[in-house]
Amino acid sequence: MTATIHIADVIKHYNKVEAVRGVSFDLAAGEMVALIGHNGAGKTTLMKMMLGLIRPTRGTIAVLGENPAAGEFSSRRQLGYLPENVAFDAALSGRETQAFYARLKREPVQEALALLDIVGLGDAAKRRVNTYSKGMRQRLGLAQALIGRPRVLLLDEPTTGLDPELRQTFYDVIQKLAAEGTTVLLSSHALTELEERAGRVIIMNRGLKVADGTLEELRRLARLPTRIRVKVANLPPAGRPAWLPATASYRRINGHIVEIDAAPNEKIELLRRATADGTAVQDLELIPPNLDELYAHFLRHAERPQ
Amino acid sequence: MNSVITIAAKEIQQAIRNRWVLAATLLLAGLALSLTFLGSAPTGTVGARALDVVIVSLSSLTIFLIPLIALLIAHDAIVGDMERGTMLLLLSYPVARWQVLLGKFLGHLAVLAFATCLGYGAAAAALPIIGSSFDSEGLAAFAAMIGSSILLGAVFVAIGYLVSAVVRDRGTAAGLCIGLWLALVLIYDMALLGLLVLDQGRNISGGMLNALLLLNPTDAYRLFNLTGFANVSLFSGMAGLAGSSTLSVQALLTALVLWILVPLAGAALAFSRREL
Repeated sequence: MTATIHIADVIKHYNKVEAVRGVSFDLAAGEMVALIGHNGAGKTTLMKMMLGLIRPTRGTIAVLGENPAAGEFSSRRQLGYLPENVAFDAALSGRETQAFYARLKREPVQEALALLDIVGLGDAAKRRVNTYSKGMRQRLGLAQALIGRPRVLLLDEPTTGLDPELRQTFYDVIQKLAAEGTTVLLSSHALTELEERAGRVIIMNRGLKVADGTLEELRRLARLPTRIRVKVANLPPAGRPAWLPATASYRRINGHIVEIDAAPNEKIELLRRATADGTAVQDLELIPPNLDELYAHFLRHAERPQ
Repeated sequence: MNSVITIAAKEIQQAIRNRWVLAATLLLAGLALSLTFLGSAPTGTVGARALDVVIVSLSSLTIFLIPLIALLIAHDAIVGDMERGTMLLLLSYPVARWQVLLGKFLGHLAVLAFATCLGYGAAAAALPIIGSSFDSEGLAAFAAMIGSSILLGAVFVAIGYLVSAVVRDRGTAAGLCIGLWLALVLIYDMALLGLLVLDQGRNISGGMLNALLLLNPTDAYRLFNLTGFANVSLFSGMAGLAGSSTLSVQALLTALVLWILVPLAGAALAFSRREL
């Protein structure tokens, strides 16, 4: 499998600020990768370097086999980009804007205009962009990024300002592209919606990559407790249920639910005890650590002096 | 080249939408027409060559107005698009930065050329109405005036781009452009005149004066129009200078073209080094 994006030991300084401090990763065709991190963690800087808009201070970047900063831009025909806070020329209509970008990519204008319907902008396409709401501009931003079925999609905070229905459409569209072999790199703060979709997560903190892997790999690495919620009949008002080991930390919720934090190696043992005879357990729910918790964990880990 | 034309076409479309084209054309046509009607008064019907008078007055108008319009359009071209965020998206497309610059230049130049041709053409068309005729020589001088006016516009569009590519924000670009306009259109000539008066011809030779005149594109334009055609120079009161000036028409045009190419190349260089 060849990498569509190759980043090796990339460092970027803005005067004295180190925006990116030695980041390496490869992205393969068909991967859908979430790039997460605080504001200023270096996500946007990384994307701009992949586009050749800024040059890395050190390190190598290759996008579809080309160095984007070397003035080679033929690979950009196969690349879609949606910047954070996307802006368009206010005097033109949505259709004119989309047609302009299609011509720059040398793609058929009609196909590009059809994308406006996919993102739900069909009715407003003839209006000028300066009459658009933030959500509509974001839709237009998506439509232009999708022109020409790109092989690499770089999306910077793509779902801000989109209503839930359109978010669903948006993820459907890019998941279809990813299934056809497009590399999708998206940065976002909306971690819960990425959780089900991103095959791989890269966590950035202050210009460093602090974690990289599938959600399962990150869970294994983080060793965060899984929460087990047990509904118990006739739970005594106070005191620990007899089957719960003395070391386990737990909370009581609503009087008849016990929530236990189970470390990965204790999980099975706890479940056995809880479901053993005579414990009056009526129902049981397993909640693995979600992306929010993993993110917080890796950030804490990165911040700790080593 | 396709990308350049695409960008130029978009600039023209935007200028039409923003009513830049309309405003510039109306302004130039309005002033040109009033100069034509008013300007023919002093010569009366005796002056058979009303066209020459019109050329003289229109070229004086051009020197003030065209650079101002050109700088107004151009100062925002790069830094404005960067501040609005549209440049970020544009440069993620398969276009080189010089193509963006050249496309904008051609688009803006087309807008200026359209406004100038239509505005000044209206003045020429109005001449038969006020009852004056013109011959082919007069027409050639008029065409040369329109052509060189567009050239002067191109010079100031290029200068505007250079400013726009170098500065950090739009306010600075606007301020700097107004300063440049004042300096090149008003102050330079006054300073030069003062210098000549003070010098009394002791130190400043003819060659040096020529060089000083070529260093300001508006002076090159003025000399081209006011001395280039015999009849015109007679009316402009610059016949004496025309006789003594050693600057050929070619030299003046070369100076104007250089005044386009050098700032444009500077703008391209500054733009290519900028990080977004």
